[in-house]
Amino acid sequence: MHSDALWLRAHIIKSIRDFFWMRGFLEVETPLLIPANAPEEYIDPILALPWQLQTSPELCMKRLLCRGHKHIFQISHCWRADERGLRHLSEFTMLEWYRADGDYNNLMADCEDLLKHVATACLANSPVYSHKGFIIDPFSSWIKISVQEAFLKYSNTSVWECLEKGLYEDVLTTIIEPELGRYPSPVFLTDYPAELAALSRLKPDHPELAERFELYLGGLELANGFSELNDSLEQRRRFDEANVVRINFGRSALPLPERFLDELDRMPPAAGIALGVDRLVMLAAGAVSIDEVVAFTTEQL
Amino acid sequence: MYTVADLKKGLKITLDGDPYLVVAFDFVKPGKGQALYRTKMRNMINGTLLDRTYRSGETFDSANLEEREMEYLYKEGTHYTFMDQANYEQVVMEEETLGDAKNFLLENLKVDVMMFGEKPIGVSLPNFVNLRVTEAEQWAKGDTSGNDTKPATVETGYVLRVPPFIEEGELIVIDTRNGEYSTRVKG
Repeated sequence: MHSDALWLRAHIIKSIRDFFWMRGFLEVETPLLIPANAPEEYIDPILALPWQLQTSPELCMKRLLCRGHKHIFQISHCWRADERGLRHLSEFTMLEWYRADGDYNNLMADCEDLLKHVATACLANSPVYSHKGFIIDPFSSWIKISVQEAFLKYSNTSVWECLEKGLYEDVLTTIIEPELGRYPSPVFLTDYPAELAALSRLKPDHPELAERFELYLGGLELANGFSELNDSLEQRRRFDEANVVRINFGRSALPLPERFLDELDRMPPAAGIALGVDRLVMLAAGAVSIDEVVAFTTEQL
Repeated sequence: MYTVADLKKGLKITLDGDPYLVVAFDFVKPGKGQALYRTKMRNMINGTLLDRTYRSGETFDSANLEEREMEYLYKEGTHYTFMDQANYEQVVMEEETLGDAKNFLLENLKVDVMMFGEKPIGVSLPNFVNLRVTEAEQWAKGDTSGNDTKPATVETGYVLRVPPFIEEGELIVIDTRNGEYSTRVKG
Protein backbone atom coordinates (compact mmCIF):
# COMPACT_ATOMS: atom_id res chain seq x y z
CA MET A 1 0.00 0.00 0.00
CA HIS A 2 1.18 3.49 -0.91
CA SER A 3 2.12 5.77 1.98
CA ASP A 4 -0.16 8.48 0.53
CA ALA A 5 -3.11 6.19 1.23
CA LEU A 6 -2.07 5.85 4.88
CA TRP A 7 -1.90 9.64 5.20
CA LEU A 8 -5.29 9.99 3.54
CA ARG A 9 -6.72 7.36 5.87
CA ALA A 10 -5.33 9.13 8.95
CA HIS A 11 -6.69 12.48 7.77
CA ILE A 12 -10.12 11.03 7.17
CA ILE A 13 -10.28 9.42 10.61
CA LYS A 14 -9.18 12.70 12.21
CA SER A 15 -11.77 14.65 10.22
CA ILE A 16 -14.52 12.23 11.29
CA ARG A 17 -13.52 12.79 14.93
CA ASP A 18 -13.49 16.57 14.42
CA PHE A 19 -16.92 16.41 12.81
CA PHE A 20 -18.57 14.63 15.73
CA TRP A 21 -16.67 16.51 18.45
CA MET A 22 -17.77 19.81 16.91
CA ARG A 23 -21.37 18.62 17.08
CA GLY A 24 -21.17 17.63 20.73
CA PHE A 25 -21.13 13.85 20.24
CA LEU A 26 -19.39 11.86 22.97
CA GLU A 27 -16.65 9.61 21.64
CA VAL A 28 -16.99 6.22 23.33
CA GLU A 29 -15.01 3.00 23.46
CA THR A 30 -16.92 -0.20 24.14
CA PRO A 31 -15.42 -3.69 24.56
CA LEU A 32 -14.49 -5.53 21.38
CA LEU A 33 -14.78 -8.92 23.06
CA ILE A 34 -18.38 -9.56 24.05
CA PRO A 35 -20.52 -12.51 25.17
CA ALA A 36 -23.03 -12.17 22.33
CA ASN A 37 -23.58 -10.17 19.16
CA ALA A 38 -27.01 -9.54 17.68
CA PRO A 39 -27.76 -12.85 15.94
CA GLU A 40 -28.08 -12.15 12.22
CA GLU A 41 -29.03 -14.55 9.46
CA TYR A 42 -25.92 -14.11 7.34
CA ILE A 43 -23.22 -12.69 9.61
CA ASP A 44 -20.89 -15.08 11.42
CA PRO A 45 -18.94 -13.74 14.37
CA ILE A 46 -15.37 -14.83 14.98
CA LEU A 47 -15.41 -16.87 18.16
CA ALA A 48 -13.04 -16.21 21.04
CA LEU A 49 -14.59 -18.86 23.28
CA PRO A 50 -16.57 -18.62 25.39
CA TRP A 51 -17.15 -15.12 23.93
CA GLN A 52 -17.02 -13.49 20.48
CA LEU A 53 -15.35 -10.58 18.77
CA GLN A 54 -17.84 -7.86 17.97
CA THR A 55 -19.37 -7.83 14.48
CA SER A 56 -20.54 -4.27 15.25
CA PRO A 57 -20.46 -2.13 18.41
CA GLU A 58 -24.20 -1.52 18.25
CA LEU A 59 -25.39 -3.46 21.29
CA CYS A 60 -23.08 -1.75 23.79
CA MET A 61 -23.71 1.63 22.17
CA LYS A 62 -27.46 1.21 22.51
CA ARG A 63 -27.00 0.27 26.15
CA LEU A 64 -25.25 3.61 26.57
CA LEU A 65 -28.35 5.30 25.14
CA CYS A 66 -30.37 3.44 27.79
CA ARG A 67 -28.11 5.02 30.40
CA GLY A 68 -29.05 8.48 29.19
CA HIS A 69 -26.32 9.42 26.69
CA LYS A 70 -27.92 11.26 23.81
CA HIS A 71 -25.26 11.61 21.11
CA ILE A 72 -22.43 9.10 20.88
CA PHE A 73 -19.98 7.92 18.25
CA GLN A 74 -17.25 5.31 18.02
CA ILE A 75 -14.57 4.27 15.54
CA SER A 76 -13.68 0.65 16.23
CA HIS A 77 -12.58 -2.58 14.65
CA CYS A 78 -15.16 -5.25 13.84
CA TRP A 79 -14.76 -8.85 12.73
CA ARG A 80 -16.91 -11.01 10.48
CA ALA A 81 -15.85 -14.53 9.67
CA ASP A 82 -15.11 -15.53 6.06
CA GLU A 83 -15.79 -12.13 4.50
CA ARG A 84 -13.06 -11.38 2.02
CA GLY A 85 -13.18 -9.74 -1.39
CA LEU A 86 -12.47 -6.49 -3.19
CA ARG A 87 -14.74 -4.64 -0.71
CA HIS A 88 -14.40 -6.89 2.33
CA LEU A 89 -11.85 -7.72 4.97
CA SER A 90 -12.63 -10.02 7.86
CA GLU A 91 -11.27 -7.35 10.23
CA PHE A 92 -12.34 -3.86 9.27
CA THR A 93 -12.93 -0.41 10.73
CA MET A 94 -16.43 0.81 11.48
CA LEU A 95 -17.79 4.21 12.41
CA GLU A 96 -21.08 4.10 14.29
CA TRP A 97 -23.08 6.99 15.67
CA TYR A 98 -26.35 7.15 17.55
CA ARG A 99 -28.69 9.99 18.38
CA ALA A 100 -31.47 9.76 20.94
CA ASP A 101 -33.32 12.69 19.46
CA GLY A 102 -34.27 11.64 15.99
CA ASP A 103 -35.02 9.02 13.41
CA TYR A 104 -33.43 7.78 10.21
CA ASN A 105 -34.15 11.10 8.46
CA ASN A 106 -31.78 12.87 10.89
CA LEU A 107 -29.12 10.27 10.13
CA MET A 108 -29.43 10.89 6.41
CA ALA A 109 -28.88 14.60 7.08
CA ASP A 110 -25.81 13.68 9.20
CA CYS A 111 -24.43 11.62 6.30
CA GLU A 112 -24.67 14.60 3.95
CA ASP A 113 -22.91 16.89 6.41
CA LEU A 114 -20.24 14.30 7.23
CA LEU A 115 -19.33 13.47 3.63
CA LYS A 116 -19.14 17.17 2.75
CA HIS A 117 -16.97 17.82 5.79
CA VAL A 118 -14.58 14.95 5.04
CA ALA A 119 -14.29 15.93 1.37
CA THR A 120 -13.54 19.56 2.26
CA ALA A 121 -11.06 18.65 4.99
CA CYS A 122 -9.23 15.82 3.20
CA LEU A 123 -9.70 16.37 -0.53
CA ALA A 124 -9.09 20.10 -0.71
CA ASN A 125 -7.97 20.21 -4.34
CA SER A 126 -10.92 18.25 -5.62
CA PRO A 127 -13.59 17.62 -2.95
CA VAL A 128 -15.29 14.69 -4.69
CA TYR A 129 -15.32 10.92 -4.25
CA SER A 130 -14.79 8.37 -7.00
CA HIS A 131 -15.40 4.70 -7.65
CA LYS A 132 -14.76 2.61 -10.76
CA GLY A 133 -14.21 5.75 -12.80
CA PHE A 134 -17.38 7.49 -11.66
CA ILE A 135 -17.13 10.81 -9.85
CA ILE A 136 -19.54 11.35 -6.96
CA ASP A 137 -19.94 14.94 -5.82
CA PRO A 138 -21.16 15.28 -2.21
CA PHE A 139 -22.06 18.93 -2.90
CA SER A 140 -24.56 18.02 -5.62
CA SER A 141 -28.12 17.24 -4.56
CA TRP A 142 -28.43 13.80 -2.96
CA ILE A 143 -30.84 11.20 -4.30
CA LYS A 144 -33.37 9.26 -2.25
CA ILE A 145 -35.09 6.22 -3.73
CA SER A 146 -37.03 3.49 -1.93
CA VAL A 147 -36.00 -0.14 -2.28
CA GLN A 148 -39.29 -1.10 -3.89
CA GLU A 149 -39.09 1.86 -6.30
CA ALA A 150 -35.55 0.89 -7.29
CA PHE A 151 -36.49 -2.77 -7.92
CA LEU A 152 -39.49 -1.79 -10.04
CA LYS A 153 -37.58 0.85 -11.97
CA TYR A 154 -34.38 -1.05 -12.71
CA SER A 155 -35.29 -4.71 -12.63
CA ASN A 156 -38.97 -4.54 -13.45
CA THR A 157 -39.76 -6.87 -10.54
CA SER A 158 -41.09 -6.34 -7.05
CA VAL A 159 -38.62 -6.64 -4.19
CA TRP A 160 -41.07 -8.93 -2.39
CA GLU A 161 -41.18 -11.25 -5.36
CA CYS A 162 -37.37 -11.33 -5.40
CA LEU A 163 -37.25 -12.07 -1.67
CA GLU A 164 -39.72 -14.90 -2.07
CA LYS A 165 -37.74 -16.48 -4.92
CA GLY A 166 -34.38 -16.03 -3.16
CA LEU A 167 -33.23 -13.61 -5.86
CA TYR A 168 -32.94 -10.49 -3.69
CA GLU A 169 -29.13 -10.46 -3.38
CA ASP A 170 -28.64 -11.37 -7.04
CA VAL A 171 -30.88 -8.62 -8.39
CA LEU A 172 -29.58 -6.08 -5.90
CA THR A 173 -25.91 -6.67 -6.71
CA THR A 174 -26.10 -7.34 -10.45
CA ILE A 175 -28.82 -4.86 -11.49
CA ILE A 176 -29.64 -2.28 -8.81
CA GLU A 177 -26.20 -1.45 -7.42
CA PRO A 178 -24.60 -0.88 -10.86
CA GLU A 179 -27.52 1.44 -11.70
CA LEU A 180 -27.03 3.37 -8.47
CA GLY A 181 -23.38 3.65 -9.51
CA ARG A 182 -24.35 5.87 -12.43
CA TYR A 183 -25.58 8.71 -10.24
CA PRO A 184 -23.06 11.56 -9.94
CA SER A 185 -24.30 12.13 -6.39
CA PRO A 186 -24.68 9.96 -3.29
CA VAL A 187 -27.85 7.84 -3.19
CA PHE A 188 -29.95 6.69 -0.24
CA LEU A 189 -31.79 3.43 -0.77
CA THR A 190 -34.61 3.68 1.79
CA ASP A 191 -37.51 1.81 3.37
CA TYR A 192 -36.44 -1.80 3.28
CA PRO A 193 -39.03 -4.60 3.41
CA ALA A 194 -39.82 -5.59 7.00
CA GLU A 195 -38.19 -8.97 6.24
CA LEU A 196 -34.87 -7.11 6.10
CA ALA A 197 -35.51 -4.91 9.14
CA ALA A 198 -32.83 -6.47 11.41
CA LEU A 199 -32.80 -4.15 14.43
CA SER A 200 -34.85 -1.35 12.92
CA ARG A 201 -38.28 0.06 13.69
CA LEU A 202 -41.13 -0.56 11.23
CA LYS A 203 -42.87 2.43 9.67
CA PRO A 204 -45.93 3.22 11.82
CA ASP A 205 -48.12 3.89 8.76
CA HIS A 206 -46.58 1.09 6.63
CA PRO A 207 -45.69 -1.89 8.82
CA GLU A 208 -44.52 -3.84 5.77
CA LEU A 209 -41.58 -1.43 5.57
CA ALA A 210 -38.73 -0.68 7.94
CA GLU A 211 -37.25 2.75 8.64
CA ARG A 212 -33.91 1.58 7.33
CA PHE A 213 -31.63 2.99 4.64
CA GLU A 214 -28.32 2.30 2.99
CA LEU A 215 -26.02 4.92 1.55
CA TYR A 216 -24.39 4.25 -1.83
CA LEU A 217 -21.64 6.16 -3.60
CA GLY A 218 -20.76 5.02 -7.08
CA GLY A 219 -22.69 1.80 -6.44
CA LEU A 220 -20.53 1.03 -3.39
CA GLU A 221 -22.49 0.41 -0.21
CA LEU A 222 -21.05 2.74 2.41
CA ALA A 223 -23.43 2.91 5.37
CA ASN A 224 -26.50 1.26 6.87
CA GLY A 225 -28.73 3.23 9.24
CA PHE A 226 -32.10 2.98 10.85
CA SER A 227 -34.61 4.17 13.38
CA GLU A 228 -33.97 1.80 16.25
CA LEU A 229 -36.42 -0.78 17.45
CA ASN A 230 -36.87 -0.46 21.23
CA ASP A 231 -39.36 -3.22 21.85
CA SER A 232 -37.57 -6.12 23.50
CA LEU A 233 -40.30 -8.67 22.78
CA GLU A 234 -40.27 -7.90 19.07
CA GLN A 235 -36.46 -7.81 19.07
CA ARG A 236 -36.28 -11.22 20.77
CA ARG A 237 -38.73 -12.61 18.22
CA ARG A 238 -36.51 -11.36 15.36
CA PHE A 239 -33.36 -12.81 16.94
CA ASP A 240 -35.10 -16.17 17.31
CA GLU A 241 -36.24 -15.97 13.71
CA ALA A 242 -32.70 -15.19 12.57
CA ASN A 243 -31.46 -18.24 14.45
CA VAL A 244 -34.07 -20.42 12.73
CA VAL A 245 -32.80 -19.22 9.35
CA ARG A 246 -29.23 -19.85 10.50
CA ILE A 247 -30.05 -23.43 11.42
CA ASN A 248 -31.90 -23.99 8.14
CA PHE A 249 -28.81 -22.81 6.26
CA GLY A 250 -26.55 -25.17 8.19
CA ARG A 251 -25.14 -22.53 10.53
CA SER A 252 -25.20 -22.79 14.28
CA ALA A 253 -27.67 -20.79 16.36
CA LEU A 254 -26.08 -17.89 18.22
CA PRO A 255 -26.59 -17.00 21.89
CA LEU A 256 -28.94 -14.09 22.54
CA PRO A 257 -27.60 -10.86 24.04
CA GLU A 258 -29.74 -11.07 27.19
CA ARG A 259 -28.48 -7.93 28.98
CA PHE A 260 -29.17 -5.87 25.87
CA LEU A 261 -32.70 -7.32 25.64
CA ASP A 262 -33.26 -6.63 29.37
CA GLU A 263 -32.44 -2.96 28.89
CA LEU A 264 -33.90 -2.36 25.43
CA ASP A 265 -37.38 -1.28 26.61
CA ARG A 266 -35.74 1.60 28.48
CA MET A 267 -34.04 2.91 25.33
CA PRO A 268 -35.43 6.26 24.22
CA PRO A 269 -36.56 6.61 20.59
CA ALA A 270 -33.29 6.72 18.74
CA ALA A 271 -31.52 6.19 15.46
CA GLY A 272 -28.15 4.68 14.70
CA ILE A 273 -25.89 4.04 11.76
CA ALA A 274 -22.79 2.07 10.80
CA LEU A 275 -20.41 3.39 8.14
CA GLY A 276 -17.45 1.47 6.73
CA VAL A 277 -14.39 3.63 7.25
CA ASP A 278 -12.21 1.58 4.90
CA ARG A 279 -14.78 2.05 2.14
CA LEU A 280 -14.93 5.79 2.78
CA VAL A 281 -11.15 5.89 2.32
CA MET A 282 -11.54 3.80 -0.85
CA LEU A 283 -14.00 6.38 -2.22
CA ALA A 284 -11.72 9.26 -1.27
CA ALA A 285 -8.69 7.54 -2.82
CA GLY A 286 -10.59 6.21 -5.84
CA ALA A 287 -9.35 2.74 -4.84
CA VAL A 288 -10.78 -0.34 -6.53
CA SER A 289 -9.82 -2.70 -3.71
CA ILE A 290 -9.97 -2.39 0.06
CA ASP A 291 -6.40 -3.76 0.05
CA GLU A 292 -5.20 -0.36 -1.17
CA VAL A 293 -6.37 1.51 1.93
CA VAL A 294 -5.26 -0.63 4.88
CA ALA A 295 -1.79 -1.03 6.36
CA PHE A 296 -2.01 -4.82 6.23
CA THR A 297 -4.44 -7.28 4.72
CA THR A 298 -5.12 -10.65 6.34
CA GLU A 299 -2.94 -12.36 3.73
CA GLN A 300 0.03 -10.10 4.53
CA LEU A 301 0.11 -11.09 8.19
CA MET B 1 -13.60 -31.19 -0.89
CA TYR B 2 -13.63 -27.39 -1.07
CA THR B 3 -16.10 -24.90 0.42
CA VAL B 4 -16.96 -21.47 -0.97
CA ALA B 5 -14.36 -20.02 1.42
CA ASP B 6 -11.64 -21.78 -0.62
CA LEU B 7 -12.66 -20.13 -3.90
CA LYS B 8 -9.94 -18.07 -5.50
CA LYS B 9 -8.30 -17.53 -8.87
CA GLY B 10 -6.39 -20.63 -9.92
CA LEU B 11 -8.47 -23.16 -7.95
CA LYS B 12 -9.29 -26.33 -9.89
CA ILE B 13 -12.61 -27.98 -9.18
CA THR B 14 -14.87 -30.65 -10.65
CA LEU B 15 -18.23 -29.54 -11.94
CA ASP B 16 -20.80 -31.70 -13.75
CA GLY B 17 -18.05 -34.26 -14.21
CA ASP B 18 -15.55 -31.92 -15.87
CA PRO B 19 -12.46 -30.21 -14.45
CA TYR B 20 -12.69 -26.41 -14.25
CA LEU B 21 -10.12 -23.73 -13.53
CA VAL B 22 -11.35 -20.63 -11.63
CA VAL B 23 -10.14 -17.67 -13.73
CA ALA B 24 -11.93 -14.81 -11.93
CA PHE B 25 -13.51 -14.53 -8.51
CA ASP B 26 -15.41 -11.90 -6.53
CA PHE B 27 -17.07 -11.95 -3.12
CA VAL B 28 -20.18 -9.78 -2.81
CA LYS B 29 -22.40 -9.32 0.19
CA PRO B 30 -25.12 -6.70 0.26
CA GLY B 31 -25.93 -5.28 3.71
CA LYS B 32 -27.77 -7.80 5.88
CA GLY B 33 -28.03 -10.12 2.88
CA GLN B 34 -26.52 -13.42 1.88
CA ALA B 35 -22.97 -13.61 0.61
CA LEU B 36 -22.57 -14.41 -3.09
CA TYR B 37 -19.41 -15.92 -4.53
CA ARG B 38 -19.19 -15.00 -8.20
CA THR B 39 -16.82 -17.02 -10.32
CA LYS B 40 -15.77 -17.30 -13.92
CA MET B 41 -14.42 -20.74 -14.76
CA ARG B 42 -12.78 -22.34 -17.75
CA ASN B 43 -13.57 -25.91 -18.68
CA MET B 44 -10.16 -27.57 -18.82
CA ILE B 45 -11.27 -30.03 -21.50
CA ASN B 46 -13.00 -27.86 -24.08
CA GLY B 47 -11.98 -24.36 -22.96
CA THR B 48 -15.50 -22.94 -22.66
CA LEU B 49 -16.03 -20.20 -20.08
CA LEU B 50 -18.75 -20.45 -17.48
CA ASP B 51 -20.13 -17.92 -14.99
CA ARG B 52 -21.38 -19.41 -11.76
CA THR B 53 -22.57 -17.79 -8.53
CA TYR B 54 -22.38 -19.73 -5.28
CA ARG B 55 -23.75 -19.14 -1.79
CA SER B 56 -22.49 -19.98 1.67
CA GLY B 57 -22.60 -23.66 2.52
CA GLU B 58 -22.00 -24.94 -1.03
CA THR B 59 -19.12 -27.34 -1.54
CA PHE B 60 -17.09 -28.60 -4.50
CA ASP B 61 -14.98 -31.59 -5.33
CA SER B 62 -11.40 -30.82 -6.14
CA ALA B 63 -10.29 -31.73 -9.65
CA ASN B 64 -8.16 -34.85 -9.44
CA LEU B 65 -5.48 -33.80 -11.93
CA GLU B 66 -2.13 -35.46 -12.48
CA GLU B 67 0.59 -35.14 -15.12
CA ARG B 68 2.06 -38.47 -16.21
CA GLU B 69 5.06 -39.04 -18.45
CA MET B 70 4.03 -41.04 -21.50
CA GLU B 71 5.28 -42.10 -24.88
CA TYR B 72 3.24 -41.54 -28.03
CA LEU B 73 2.71 -44.89 -29.78
CA TYR B 74 0.42 -44.67 -32.78
CA LYS B 75 -2.65 -43.19 -34.34
CA GLU B 76 -5.76 -45.04 -35.54
CA GLY B 77 -8.38 -42.87 -37.23
CA THR B 78 -8.90 -40.02 -34.79
CA HIS B 79 -7.62 -41.98 -31.77
CA TYR B 80 -4.09 -41.38 -30.48
CA THR B 81 -2.58 -43.98 -28.19
CA PHE B 82 -0.02 -43.19 -25.50
CA MET B 83 1.78 -45.45 -23.04
CA ASP B 84 2.57 -44.59 -19.44
CA GLN B 85 6.33 -44.97 -18.92
CA ALA B 86 5.88 -46.06 -15.31
CA ASN B 87 3.31 -48.84 -15.57
CA TYR B 88 3.00 -49.46 -19.34
CA GLU B 89 -0.69 -48.65 -19.16
CA GLN B 90 -2.10 -47.34 -22.44
CA VAL B 91 -4.47 -44.39 -22.79
CA VAL B 92 -6.31 -43.19 -25.86
CA MET B 93 -6.93 -39.55 -26.65
CA GLU B 94 -9.29 -38.05 -29.22
CA GLU B 95 -7.85 -35.80 -31.91
CA GLU B 96 -10.21 -33.03 -30.76
CA THR B 97 -8.81 -33.14 -27.24
CA LEU B 98 -5.23 -33.00 -28.50
CA GLY B 99 -5.81 -29.79 -30.41
CA ASP B 100 -2.69 -28.45 -32.15
CA ALA B 101 -0.48 -30.95 -30.33
CA LYS B 102 -1.40 -33.55 -32.96
CA ASN B 103 0.77 -31.66 -35.46
CA PHE B 104 3.94 -32.52 -33.58
CA LEU B 105 3.35 -36.07 -32.43
CA LEU B 106 5.91 -38.44 -33.83
CA GLU B 107 6.04 -42.06 -32.69
CA ASN B 108 8.08 -42.58 -29.53
CA LEU B 109 7.91 -38.87 -28.57
CA LYS B 110 7.93 -38.40 -24.78
CA VAL B 111 5.16 -36.08 -23.58
CA ASP B 112 3.41 -35.21 -20.33
CA VAL B 113 -0.23 -36.24 -20.40
CA MET B 114 -2.62 -34.39 -18.07
CA MET B 115 -4.93 -36.96 -16.52
CA PHE B 116 -8.30 -36.06 -14.97
CA GLY B 117 -8.91 -39.17 -12.94
CA GLU B 118 -8.65 -41.91 -15.57
CA LYS B 119 -9.31 -39.54 -18.45
CA PRO B 120 -6.52 -37.90 -20.49
CA ILE B 121 -7.43 -34.25 -21.13
CA GLY B 122 -4.34 -32.79 -22.76
CA VAL B 123 -0.62 -33.12 -23.42
CA SER B 124 2.36 -30.86 -22.79
CA LEU B 125 4.93 -31.22 -25.51
CA PRO B 126 8.64 -30.43 -25.43
CA ASN B 127 9.11 -26.80 -26.55
CA PHE B 128 10.99 -27.97 -29.65
CA VAL B 129 10.56 -31.04 -31.84
CA ASN B 130 12.53 -32.26 -34.83
CA LEU B 131 10.44 -33.27 -37.85
CA ARG B 132 11.44 -34.30 -41.34
CA VAL B 133 10.19 -32.37 -44.36
CA THR B 134 8.25 -34.67 -46.67
CA GLU B 135 7.17 -32.15 -49.24
CA ALA B 136 8.54 -28.75 -50.24
CA GLU B 137 8.76 -26.75 -53.41
CA GLN B 138 12.12 -26.42 -55.09
CA TRP B 139 14.09 -23.29 -54.31
CA ALA B 140 14.28 -21.08 -57.37
CA LYS B 141 18.02 -20.30 -57.26
CA GLY B 142 17.62 -16.96 -58.93
CA ASP B 143 15.29 -15.72 -56.24
CA THR B 144 17.15 -13.07 -54.25
CA SER B 145 14.33 -12.00 -51.94
CA GLY B 146 15.89 -13.80 -48.99
CA ASN B 147 13.09 -13.03 -46.56
CA ASP B 148 10.49 -15.02 -48.41
CA THR B 149 9.09 -18.24 -47.06
CA LYS B 150 7.42 -21.16 -48.75
CA PRO B 151 5.02 -23.84 -47.53
CA ALA B 152 6.38 -27.22 -46.48
CA THR B 153 4.77 -30.39 -45.17
CA VAL B 154 6.40 -32.43 -42.43
CA GLU B 155 6.08 -36.14 -41.65
CA THR B 156 3.07 -35.64 -39.33
CA GLY B 157 1.16 -34.00 -42.19
CA TYR B 158 1.51 -30.54 -40.62
CA VAL B 159 2.03 -27.69 -43.08
CA LEU B 160 4.07 -24.62 -42.09
CA ARG B 161 6.10 -21.79 -43.66
CA VAL B 162 9.82 -22.43 -43.97
CA PRO B 163 12.73 -20.50 -45.51
CA PRO B 164 13.17 -21.13 -49.26
CA PHE B 165 16.43 -23.06 -48.86
CA ILE B 166 14.76 -25.94 -46.96
CA GLU B 167 14.45 -29.02 -49.09
CA GLU B 168 12.57 -32.29 -49.02
CA GLY B 169 14.11 -34.86 -46.70
CA GLU B 170 15.68 -32.28 -44.39
CA LEU B 171 15.17 -32.37 -40.63
CA ILE B 172 13.89 -29.10 -39.13
CA VAL B 173 13.25 -27.81 -35.60
CA ILE B 174 9.73 -26.56 -34.86
CA ASP B 175 8.70 -24.50 -31.85
CA THR B 176 5.60 -26.30 -30.56
CA ARG B 177 4.40 -23.22 -28.62
CA ASN B 178 3.61 -21.28 -31.80
CA GLY B 179 3.96 -23.98 -34.44
CA GLU B 180 6.64 -22.03 -36.33
CA TYR B 181 9.87 -23.05 -38.01
CA SER B 182 12.83 -22.48 -35.75
CA THR B 183 15.98 -23.75 -37.44
CA ARG B 184 17.45 -26.45 -39.61
CA VAL B 185 19.10 -29.54 -38.15
CA LYS B 186 22.47 -29.71 -39.82
CA GLY B 187 23.68 -33.17 -40.51
